[in-house]
Amino acid sequence: MNPLASIGAVVLAFFTATGRVAIFAGRALYHVVTPPMHFRQMLRQLVDVGYYSLPVVALTTLFSGMVLALQSYTGFARFSAEGAVASVVVLSMTRELAPVLAGLMVAGRVGAAMAAEIGTMRVTEQIDALSTLSTNPMKYLVAPRIIAGVLTLPLLVLVGDIIGVMGGYLVGVYRLDFNPSAYVQQTWAFVETLDVMSGLVKAAVFGFIVTLMGCYHGYNSRGGAQGVGIATTNAVVSSAILILVANYVLTESFFNK
Amino acid sequence: MSSEPKISCEDVHLAFGPKQVLRGVDLAVDPGESLVIIGGSGSGKSVLIKTVLGITRPDKGVVAVDGEDIVGASARLRNTVNAKIGMLFQGGALFDSLPVWENVGFGLIQSGAMDRQQARVKAIDTLARVGLDEHVSTLLPVELSGGMQKRVALARAIADEPEIIFFDEPTTGLDPIMSDVINKLIVECVRDLGATAVTITHDMRSARTIADKVAMIYEGRIIWIGGVKDLDAPDHEMVDQFVHGRAEGPIQMAVRR
Repeated sequence: MNPLASIGAVVLAFFTATGRVAIFAGRALYHVVTPPMHFRQMLRQLVDVGYYSLPVVALTTLFSGMVLALQSYTGFARFSAEGAVASVVVLSMTRELAPVLAGLMVAGRVGAAMAAEIGTMRVTEQIDALSTLSTNPMKYLVAPRIIAGVLTLPLLVLVGDIIGVMGGYLVGVYRLDFNPSAYVQQTWAFVETLDVMSGLVKAAVFGFIVTLMGCYHGYNSRGGAQGVGIATTNAVVSSAILILVANYVLTESFFNK
Repeated sequence: MSSEPKISCEDVHLAFGPKQVLRGVDLAVDPGESLVIIGGSGSGKSVLIKTVLGITRPDKGVVAVDGEDIVGASARLRNTVNAKIGMLFQGGALFDSLPVWENVGFGLIQSGAMDRQQARVKAIDTLARVGLDEHVSTLLPVELSGGMQKRVALARAIADEPEIIFFDEPTTGLDPIMSDVINKLIVECVRDLGATAVTITHDMRSARTIADKVAMIYEGRIIWIGGVKDLDAPDHEMVDQFVHGRAEGPIQMAVRR
């Protein structure tokens, strides 16, 4: 095959997929802002996405905060700058680690589950059944999930921020012999509202990405169990990549000097 | 006396990519009539029903319900038309996450015709109509046998007393006795509701039990329509071969030898 044709095919496939995702996102947002709302579904998704993701986000951020304190201590000790550990932990957690790690963990837990559930509904004709029962599948299945993702991920990240900083505190105080009050004081002295807010805005965007990708790949899955498996994999991989790309873009826009 | 057909299709064409599935379907179903469509796998039977339901959109032709063309209809008209239609899907397409009663009452709740309590009473009443006890209403679909799932799907199709009911291979995967039970339930329900029914099946016993009129679809076209009594000696070679299940004849299956 002509190599130019291969490159052209890949480029065309990329733009086709991008266009499809954009149209799907537009339709989803339309259904998010127009009545009727399926409050029962929304409540279920808020619990699924938010409450049940809490343990995994808490554990991830706790250990990330602990490792961050240890690593920054050993690194900074070379320059006699151990005192910066608390500020490094709080800035890293609030700006980057909590939103990115929470986004990736939720992509693995929730995005995959959404793609699998909606994909199974697609291949077993349950989505067609919704259409015949006076129910728009986009409004019933997709809109509540997107609302839940955008609302709950910032809350998860806020909890993750606190637990991550606490992890750093535990290692700093009980392992590295920092003075507890000095550690807390230094944490407060360095953290600014923008640090926390940027992380929360990132979290809302990541929540949108994770739920959109989960719903998109599930909704468009084809071909039985294998199709659902492919949809699940694609949902997680595309969410993870888009989270990392969006993280860079958002960081540039928040902290560009 | 000439009455307007309840459902009519004129020169309906539909292709999925390079594959032409419907190649000019012409069909009319009179009010209160029970039409059975027979045909081999991949002949376009299910796609034809999904076209009338608005799940797939034809490339060309007219699909009318009560004389109103529904191809490209507004969402409002589509909802009005779908409110007249009940559908029993081949695999049941019951919603896994909802208990049986909520599956049956789903359309009633979503259309706003009833609140949840009223819908529950109506669902239990409809379940009794298809021979299922009240205790079944709280079970999840996964806890039911195949025959019971088909009955629940039938109850869902008739719960809001539709004017038109579609049955997509209602006896597939059932033992002969359960198939006969389902066939008789279909006949009873259609007669009691005075509904117009369109059934897709390979099962000739089903066709003989359910049909007033039989149509055969082959390669995306209706090639024969006749009364159920004409099935035993149809004036068409392909229909004769299909009805009697002979490998030899004008219909050749693609089998590698």
